[in-house]
Amino acid sequence: MRLRFVVPAFLFVLLGAGFVYALVAIQSGKKDPSAVPSALIGKPAPEFALPAPQGFSAGLSAADLKGKVTILNVFASWCPPCHVEHPLLLDLAKEATNGGFQLVGLNWKDKDEKLAAWFKEAGNPFARIGADPDNRVGIDFGVYGAPETFIIDRDAKIVYRYAGPLTQELLRDEIRPLLAKLKK
Amino acid sequence: MMRRLILVLALIFAALPALAAIAPDEIMSDPALEARARGITKQLRCLVCQNQSIDDSNAPLARDLRLLVRERLKAGDGDDAAIAYVVARYGDFVLLRPPIKATTWLLWFGPAVILLGGVVFLWLRVRRPKVAPAAPAPLDPEEEKKLAALMGESQPKAGP
Repeated sequence: MRLRFVVPAFLFVLLGAGFVYALVAIQSGKKDPSAVPSALIGKPAPEFALPAPQGFSAGLSAADLKGKVTILNVFASWCPPCHVEHPLLLDLAKEATNGGFQLVGLNWKDKDEKLAAWFKEAGNPFARIGADPDNRVGIDFGVYGAPETFIIDRDAKIVYRYAGPLTQELLRDEIRPLLAKLKK
Repeated sequence: MMRRLILVLALIFAALPALAAIAPDEIMSDPALEARARGITKQLRCLVCQNQSIDDSNAPLARDLRLLVRERLKAGDGDDAAIAYVVARYGDFVLLRPPIKATTWLLWFGPAVILLGGVVFLWLRVRRPKVAPAAPAPLDPEEEKKLAALMGESQPKAGP
């Protein structure tokens, strides 16, 4: 007889716990309900060859990804979250040599002169930059906004993608551990 | 006044189809190919706004994908091949109508299963034979006596 009350009460508590968990996870940024999983995880990076934007020396092509662990950051000067994550990229750039990876940029739907002006002031974290003004390569990477960050292993296979601005927590909890693993 | 209002509303609604986001410079010269492109882009989700098709969306990414689909068709791709090209890059999520496969069974059939479960539950509930409420225990001698006394008290006296 008491089961009639215990079972619904238990289910209700379970439901409540689920809601609280989801709310906390969304609030803390751990879970983004509108994030789209990348279709390219575990697949080879697409073939491409992009020139450097005007004022930069090294362009970016698929050949540059072979034999090295790569962080590829999709960014644009018109994108405010890209400005927010920029200091973290400068930090990452300092770790590149010791960490055994290269940090490269895909300048997405941007104008060369705007980018040059921004980086002249803020600094350039990237060893190479590919200019993709018409989103040709962006589409091949499944990019749907800026910023996005990909991690590509030595065999030029995409192992990780994060859509949104990088955060200290993300670097600490996901990106640095993954880089350490790939370095081996 | 009323007629004028109706006319205005009718004109607004008549113009709705023109609200598709497609810009004149995107339209292909071949009307048959253009019709196919429209058909395809209506099925593809804009990943920026997430609840609009790329045919409807004004987002720059949607425009890029519209142009890409048209380019694939011009290159001789069939409709399915053009859709597969986009899905290979953006995943099943770009399809406004998700494909039926093992990972989407819950999505497609879940509501029907829940409904069926409810019907079965109700049916079992209704069909269960009603248990007649147990007859109250017979009175013990003491209670009989009490009852008799009470009844005796309240009984109207017969006759004058």
